[in-house]
Amino acid sequence: MSRIILPLIGLALLAIVPLIVTDYGLGLLIGAATYVTLASAWALFSGQTHYISLATVAFYGTGAYTVAVLNETLGYGAVLLCAALIGGTIALVVGLATLRLRGVYFVIFSFGLAELVRQLITWYEVNVTGTLGRYIFLDITTRQIYWQMLGLAAITIALTAWIHRSRLGMALRVIGDDETVAAHSGINLARVKLLAFVLSAVILTLAGAITSPRYVYVEPSIVFNPTISFLTVIMALLGGANRLWGPTLGAVPLFLIFEWLSSNFPDSYPILLGLLFIGVVFLVPNGLIASTERLLGKAKGARG
Amino acid sequence: MSFLEIDRAVKQFGGLRAVSDVSFTLEKGEVVGLLGPNGSGKTTLINLVSGALPATSGDIRLDGLRLTGLSRDRIARAGVARTFQLVRTLPSLSLVENVMITAVFGRHAHWGAAARRVALGALEMVGLSDRAGVAAADLTYIDQKRLELARALAAEPEILLLDEWLAGLNPTELAEGVALIRTLHQGGLTILMVEHIIDAVRALCPRVVVMNSGELIADAPTDIALADPMVVSAYLGGEVDA
Ligand SMILES: Nc1ncnc2c1ncn2[C@@H]1O[C@H](COP(=O)(O)OP(=O)(O)OP(=O)(O)O)[C@@H](O)[C@H]1O
Ligand SMILES: [Mg+2]
Repeated sequence: MSRIILPLIGLALLAIVPLIVTDYGLGLLIGAATYVTLASAWALFSGQTHYISLATVAFYGTGAYTVAVLNETLGYGAVLLCAALIGGTIALVVGLATLRLRGVYFVIFSFGLAELVRQLITWYEVNVTGTLGRYIFLDITTRQIYWQMLGLAAITIALTAWIHRSRLGMALRVIGDDETVAAHSGINLARVKLLAFVLSAVILTLAGAITSPRYVYVEPSIVFNPTISFLTVIMALLGGANRLWGPTLGAVPLFLIFEWLSSNFPDSYPILLGLLFIGVVFLVPNGLIASTERLLGKAKGARG
Repeated sequence: MSFLEIDRAVKQFGGLRAVSDVSFTLEKGEVVGLLGPNGSGKTTLINLVSGALPATSGDIRLDGLRLTGLSRDRIARAGVARTFQLVRTLPSLSLVENVMITAVFGRHAHWGAAARRVALGALEMVGLSDRAGVAAADLTYIDQKRLELARALAAEPEILLLDEWLAGLNPTELAEGVALIRTLHQGGLTILMVEHIIDAVRALCPRVVVMNSGELIADAPTDIALADPMVVSAYLGGEVDA
């Protein structure tokens, strides 16, 4: 029971925080909620299957761009719906073509996808519409953005919890261990992978759409910044990508560290970022949660 | 119509004909040995039946259902379960989860308590039920083989394909393994087993089919087939397995 009650209390508390914090504090909260959403949504597909995707920003950027293009013609709800549909459709097409790739081929492909989408949009804006940048003017407050993102994060985590207990979750875990065994056990590989990939992509796209009014001015190089994809991966891995709360546990502290680094050491920031990546992979390869459990288990073993 | 019908199955790997016009049938409840020297195409034939590889030509039918052309998961759900010559277990899952997956995703689509019950029953059969909760990564090689068989059994299959499941066991384990397969046979399961251990084949299989260089060279009662000069020379000509 406390597994449901505690998160709900936490959620309620987080929902009233914006009433008491400064604008700067609220900005941090939005950033943290965004990365919790991105890392959790990423882990929804990649955490169990071990398909390391660097396409996060392809969907995030698509969401932001959809808002930039449609915000003056459609209502906000309809814009979000369009973003979700576009993100889901891209994921479906891309997934059908590429989920056969494994290991490093999939990593490289997913990275290429983000670049491809960015280049296509740039080309289209320059050659067809003749504008590169776009403005987002929406009648939406910063608090509302926060609440939406918090809601999306909560939905993502709840969905993940449900998937972990479902057949889909079990199929994803088997696929992560051995696709051959999965197939010969009756699992429809293509369907399971596509379903998880599309679900994950829709959330990533919505995250980009919800956060986009914060940018005000949008152009491809801003919203398709590959650093977002890398940050997402490292956050999920730090906490433990195959655990429900792992991505959250990785995203919050890392986001705060990145914020602090980028405002205090703007020049050496990329180097520090690189070092942090290497540190995470070497020091906590299985994520913080698993490492802590192992330490606790050892301590218990030593006592007992 | 027989239960399993393999009709002129062919598998071509570039210039190599690994399975060449192989035809034979199995009746329901039969245990048949699939013999042949190394590289004769036994595993490839198992792969054709289970859908791991698409056949170049030919037909494979189970109880009238055409398996050729179906995907691996469809074939599994049609009731075909297999083990692998090189054992494949799921290291990050517990034993009971390893076994449960075929119950969950197989043709009966069990879930929850029912899936667990089937999985525990299968673990019980192979003698692993006391360790149901441990991670598969911690098992010895022999226990991994047991686990793999339990996974195949939890599918509650129509036909079981074993690829040298008895290989690598010590004499005591071998005796246990033979007894276990006999129990499965008595339970009415249809089994096609690739096997090099002739004593086990004699003990379990009234009938064998023998392959050599991709071709079927014998399909006869075990004693007769093993005395067949073609079979003897195929084995002596090729490398004999330890
Ligand atoms: N995927 C593949 N691609 C190319 N050649 C293959 C492939 N699989 C098997 N072969 C070749 O097909 C032939 C038959 O191999 P197969 O594994 O079926 O033999 P086998 O009878 O199972 O042998 P063993 O007793 O050693 O297990 C061999 O020459 C092998 O090299
Ligand atoms: Mg073989």
